[in-house]
Amino acid sequence: MSDSGTDGFVVFDRVQKSYDGETLVVKDLNLSIAKGEFLTMLGPSGSGKTTCLMMLAGFETATHGEILLDRKPINNIPPHKRGIGMVFQNYALFPHMTVGENLSFPLEVRGMGKSVREQKIKRALDMVQMGAFANRRPAQLSGGQQQRIALARALVFEPEVVLMDEPLGALDKQLREHMQFEITHLAHSLGITTVYVTHDQTEALTMSDNVAVFDDGRIQQLAPPDVLYEEPQNSFVAQFIGENNTLDGVVKEIKGDTALVELDTGEVIDARPVNVTRAGERTRVSIRPERVESNKDRLHEDAHTVKAEVMEFIYMGDVFRTRLKVAGNENFIMKSRNAPDQVRHKPGSVIEIGWMPKDCRALDMPA
Amino acid sequence: MALPAYATTKDKVWYYTFRVICYAIFFFLMAPILVMIPLSFNAQPYFSFTREMLTFSPDGYSIRWYQDFLTSPSWLRSIQNSFMIGIASTALATTLGTLAALGLSRSEMPFKGIIMALLISPMIVPLIISAAGMFFFFSQLNIAQTYLGVILAHTALGTPFVIITVTATLVGFDHSLTRAAASLGATPTTTFFKVTMPLILPGVISGALFAFITSFDEIVIVLFVAGPEQRTIPREMWSGIREDISPTILAVATLMVLISTLLLVTIELLRRRSERIRGVTPS
Repeated sequence: MSDSGTDGFVVFDRVQKSYDGETLVVKDLNLSIAKGEFLTMLGPSGSGKTTCLMMLAGFETATHGEILLDRKPINNIPPHKRGIGMVFQNYALFPHMTVGENLSFPLEVRGMGKSVREQKIKRALDMVQMGAFANRRPAQLSGGQQQRIALARALVFEPEVVLMDEPLGALDKQLREHMQFEITHLAHSLGITTVYVTHDQTEALTMSDNVAVFDDGRIQQLAPPDVLYEEPQNSFVAQFIGENNTLDGVVKEIKGDTALVELDTGEVIDARPVNVTRAGERTRVSIRPERVESNKDRLHEDAHTVKAEVMEFIYMGDVFRTRLKVAGNENFIMKSRNAPDQVRHKPGSVIEIGWMPKDCRALDMPA
Repeated sequence: MALPAYATTKDKVWYYTFRVICYAIFFFLMAPILVMIPLSFNAQPYFSFTREMLTFSPDGYSIRWYQDFLTSPSWLRSIQNSFMIGIASTALATTLGTLAALGLSRSEMPFKGIIMALLISPMIVPLIISAAGMFFFFSQLNIAQTYLGVILAHTALGTPFVIITVTATLVGFDHSLTRAAASLGATPTTTFFKVTMPLILPGVISGALFAFITSFDEIVIVLFVAGPEQRTIPREMWSGIREDISPTILAVATLMVLISTLLLVTIELLRRRSERIRGVTPS
């Protein structure tokens, strides 16, 4: 678990970046990544995540602040002297070289002898199960194979840090899921510190030790995937990660870890106050669809219940997805597992649903 | 393309007329060049077909003009001059043009359009104006009527070709490749020679060939800037026509057509190679 100290292996210390000298693309970034950690920078496009990666790689310079690698500032070290491996979005394999020559390139520029190079190339290719492809040209490989070669090339010179810029973006869904698993496995077994950039939240959740959610040039939340999903710290994170039901209202009263929220439709519900501090504040209450329950047997006695009108029932195989009208919100989703005793609600019927107050988080109202 | 079954009479007439026009254009462009080739083998010192040539009598043909070309000291010096000036100006133009194209292809380069226009202006400005300008300018610098002067003048003419061909190659160049090379530990110099250069090489070479041909058949600037020492082949042909009318210039012209054709074939082969490397068509 990383905290924003300066003792991490990779550290961003109050880093700012501006391209035009006026608007900051990255505003006051503090991030500490432990050795061997797999950290994902997740965010919508334009959130500053790729800029951060490029600053770490050395292709962009920080306008303010310091980036440290193994406690040494690297702001004034050119990219080719940083020794950081990188996997590019379009793989960036050298088209005029064979796979073997591509892998040999970083070893040659380091002045390694032929026998050492061949040994390392073989090991790297075997690692990504591409041992038989050393004499092919990149154009003769499929997207997934090129992806593996790009990965092998970034690892062959044994860097301590590897950066990945949306490396799976161009692959189809099945291959992408497979590669997610393989990359995570490889990174952990080699003990490499990995910084991974993506806009795909599933990728971020399944692969990372820690996820930094970027928006508007700032880290909105830095947490392990489960904490990020279950305990979002603000309404941007709640909305960006996973599916989310929202109900808008005003805080009536805060008592310890319970906030009384009066919804805009007049109903009053209990919620966990997260980043609301005082009564009278506007709030957006967030509840995950799978934490909403309509089956009375499964509802805890402390659960908060409300009336809901069924708008639409969607059968998705493993789950049922029921769209409800709750407190004026017609897009309130309830996800229930396809269990033998699960009811398939008819559109138009009025049912009673409930959730635990701890799953109901009172967050800030976005501007 | 054959005529479709539903073609009307009008379509048919146009179809054949169109072909006739095409052949006529082709004839108009090629005839003056092609007619030189048999004439250069004339046994007589005339610029027209003799009776013997028309009857295909072996006596009508000879290679005396080729012999003349390759034994005359003034022609030999012009060959030497042409190649020397051509190669030197091509080397300069290729280096400068490639560097300019690389700079102009960078996104952070300001005033791209204006700089590009200035650099390719020698191609657009009437040669006689460039030539006159260079004559006066080079005279001030005391390099008129020297090899350096002619080489520099031809470099200015050849550079735009290199800039244009290399820029075209760089349009499809993936700049993440240079970043990848840097992340793998290569210095900018290594990156240039190992990654960038091999990929833009077809553009560089075709630019160099264009620059060479430009210098090789250039006459206007040579007339202004070159002295008697720097007479090139075209300059010698010019004198040949004006002073002693001899079919030797037909032999020279034939050889120059041959050289140009070979160079153009090379360009085409390089273009195909570059397409293959970029994976446009699988090899």
